[in-house]
Amino acid sequence: MSAKIVTITSGKGGVGKTTATANLGVALASTGASVVCIDADIGLRNLDVVMGLENRIVYDFVDVVEGRCKLRQAMIRDKRLEQLYLIPAAQTRDKTAVSPQDMIRLTDELRSEYDWILIDSPAGIERGFRNAIAPADIVLIITNPEVSAVRDADRIIGLIEAEEKGPGKLILNRVKPEMVRRGDMLGTEDILEILAIDLIGIVPEDEAVLVATNHGVPVASDTGSRAGRAFQNIARRLNGEEVPFESLDGRDGFFGRITRMMKAGGEG
Amino acid sequence: MNFLEKVGLGKSRSAKDAKERLQLVLIHDRAGLSPGRIEALKDDLIDVISKHVEIDRDLVEITLTKDRDRQRLVADIPLAPPRRRR
Ligand SMILES: Nc1ncnc2c1ncn2[C@@H]1O[C@H](COP(=O)(O)OP(=O)(O)OP(=O)(O)O)[C@@H](O)[C@H]1O
Ligand SMILES: [Mg+2]
Repeated sequence: MSAKIVTITSGKGGVGKTTATANLGVALASTGASVVCIDADIGLRNLDVVMGLENRIVYDFVDVVEGRCKLRQAMIRDKRLEQLYLIPAAQTRDKTAVSPQDMIRLTDELRSEYDWILIDSPAGIERGFRNAIAPADIVLIITNPEVSAVRDADRIIGLIEAEEKGPGKLILNRVKPEMVRRGDMLGTEDILEILAIDLIGIVPEDEAVLVATNHGVPVASDTGSRAGRAFQNIARRLNGEEVPFESLDGRDGFFGRITRMMKAGGEG
Repeated sequence: MNFLEKVGLGKSRSAKDAKERLQLVLIHDRAGLSPGRIEALKDDLIDVISKHVEIDRDLVEITLTKDRDRQRLVADIPLAPPRRRR
């Protein structure tokens, strides 16, 4: 077994990195895969609350880096999924407590025993971002259909290519189909054209995300919500399955066009 | 905004604006050259070229463009009218 390391990053803050990491962790682990989620947002720990594991933390990632505990001791097992783990970020330190080499060394230790390692990147383009992408095999760039978020995604895509971690794949999050339909929100096609990157998922704006986060149970835990299903589909695509892109706005032409664009752009 | 948009029947299409603005700003971001830096570059360029030939400063245009896979700085530098050149 050799884990695939997937980093979820965005440039701009608050676009859904932590939400996506938790949900992809749940979705992948639900298919029977073993998954370790690492919160690389040191100083602003959040993946623990989104996964509902905040009460179980004893050690954190910086404790491992600085040798106060073994890697296994910092891994918290999920309440429902046997094969899902979280390594929490330190809350009282900052990004300089970890180096890109530390990230590579510690993820290498996990590689042989798990199927997936998901890394929740902090916002920004500084040390924390560099730490998060250092060990990545696949980088997922998440953005919202909004000018500043797309601009920052473009910057991140450039940096990822410069670090030879490219080309990366795009998750478009918080899409409001109704606004897209009336021409008041950038559509998937517009954003793919602007960013020239492959798409791996479209997640609608969905109140269920907030409700799920309130409970500490990611939406992907059940198929009842559109956002949950969207994250499950992304997990299947990561697994190499060909899953059609969901037509959020109920128009038939939409999915066909996106699929054609993907083919034309070449699968990476 | 036309009449239909005002009464809420037509498309306001702010997404189109967003797309156009993004495309423009990304041309500058990707080149690492802000519009202000291009103005500075233009002034320097005018000074250098003026050493050799008289040009019409006000009409000089420097634009960042993008074709298939390469970004280009395109300079359009009109010379001063012939009679002034002599
Ligand atoms: N598809 C969605 N529908 C509705 N709300 C969403 C969706 N995705 C994310 N959110 C909400 O957006 C907010 C920000 O999400 P999240 O914390 O995952 O972003 P982030 O990129 O990790 O932020 P930061 O940069 O601060 O780490 C949260 O309140 C989350 O519940
Ligand atoms: Mg976060």
